Amino acid sequence: MSNAKDVLLDPIFNKNPIGLQILGICSALAVTSKLETVVVMALAVTFVVAGSNFSVSLIRRQIPSSIRIIVQITIIATLVIIVDQFLKAYAFSISKQLSVFVGLIITNCIVLGRAEAFAMKNPPGMSILDGIGNGLGYSVVLFIVAFFRELLGSGKLLGFSILPTLNEGGWYLPNGLMLLPPSAFFIIGLMIWALRTWKTDQVEKES
Amino acid sequence: MLEHYLSLLIKAIFIENMALAFFLGMCTFLAVSKKVDTALGLGVAVIVVQTITVPINNLIYQHLLKEGALAWVGLGNVDLTFIGLICYIGVIAAMVQILEMFLDRHVPKLYNALGIFLPLITVNCAILGGSLFMVERDYAFGESIVFGFGSGTGWALALMALAGIREKMKYANVPIGLRGLGVTFMIAGLMAMAFMAFSGIQL
Repeated sequence: MSNAKDVLLDPIFNKNPIGLQILGICSALAVTSKLETVVVMALAVTFVVAGSNFSVSLIRRQIPSSIRIIVQITIIATLVIIVDQFLKAYAFSISKQLSVFVGLIITNCIVLGRAEAFAMKNPPGMSILDGIGNGLGYSVVLFIVAFFRELLGSGKLLGFSILPTLNEGGWYLPNGLMLLPPSAFFIIGLMIWALRTWKTDQVEKES
Repeated sequence: MLEHYLSLLIKAIFIENMALAFFLGMCTFLAVSKKVDTALGLGVAVIVVQTITVPINNLIYQHLLKEGALAWVGLGNVDLTFIGLICYIGVIAAMVQILEMFLDRHVPKLYNALGIFLPLITVNCAILGGSLFMVERDYAFGESIVFGFGSGTGWALALMALAGIREKMKYANVPIGLRGLGVTFMIAGLMAMAFMAFSGIQL
C-alpha cells in the first residue's frame, strides 16, 4: 500500500512537476494573479491529468507505438473540450477570464508527460493516483504563487479584503508589480530556491 | 492596408510577445535555452511551423467550423466551434509530421540541424496558443499569415535572448539552491519586465 501512497504523494514535493521537471509552466504564470481562477484551473488540470492517465492506461497495450502521441493528444483534447464546455455552461465569467488557457491544457506538458512516462507502463488504478498526485503538485505551486500575488498585489484573498488598502481607507499600499505577470517568475524562482534548500538532492549539477 | 499589416506584425513580435507577455511555450523556453546554437535551431523551426499552421487553422475555422460556415453544403446553422481544439491540435501534429518528412527528403541539412526539436514543437503551447488567439480575435486570412509569422518570430527572439544571457551566467556566482532552473526564472522575469516597456506603445 505504501507504493500507492508514494505514487500519490511524491509529485507534491519530492518530484514536483513544476519545480523539478519544468513541466506545465505556461499556465502557472499566466492565470495566477487571482486565487479564484487558480482554483478552477487546478481542478481542471487535475481532472484532465487523472482522466487522460486512466484512459491511456486502459488502452496502453492496444496503442501502436508509432502513433501513440497522436492517440494521447486526441484523448487529452477530448477531455479538455469537456472541461471547456462545462466551464462555458456553468462558470461563464471565469471561463472568459481564463480565455485561451483552458484550451492550452492540451499542450500542458504535465498531461502528455505523465501519459507518456507513467500511464503507458502502469495499470489504470495506479495511473489515476499518479494523475491526481501530479495534478495536486501542480495545484500546490499555483496556489502558493496566487496566494502571494493576490495578497500583496491587491490586499485580498478570494475577493475578501485581508490587508485594507489605502484606497479603501486602510494602511496597506498595494504592490502593483505583483499584479503584473513578471512577478510570477520571481515567486516561482524563489520557491524553487526554498524547495532546493530544503531538499538539497534536487540541486542541479554543474554541466 | 500595408500599414495595418505592419502594425499587426510589430504588435505580434514585441508588444504581445508570446513568450514574455503571455508566457506561452514556457517549458521549451526554459528547457532549450542553454546554448545559443540550439536556441537558434528551435527558433527557426517554431517560426516555420507557426507561419504554416496559423493560416491553415484560420482556413479551417473560417470555412468549416464557424457558425454558418457550412452553408455551402446546406447546413446553414451548424456551429462546430466546440470541436475546434481537437482540429487545431490535429492540424499542428500533422503539419509537424509532414514538415519533418519533407525536410528529411529535400533539405537534409536543415533536418539534421533541427533534429529532435521538430517533434517537440507539437506540444509547444506557443503554437496552439497562436491558433487560439487567432480564433479569439477573428483574424482574416491575410492577417493570420502576418500574425503567425510575427508571433513565431517574437518567440524565437525571446528564446535566443534568454540563451545568450544564460551562456554568460556561468561566469556568475549564483547561490547553490538557485542554480540552474531557479536563476533562469529570475532572468526570464527581468526580461519580461523589460518587454513590458513595449506595452505602452499604441499602434
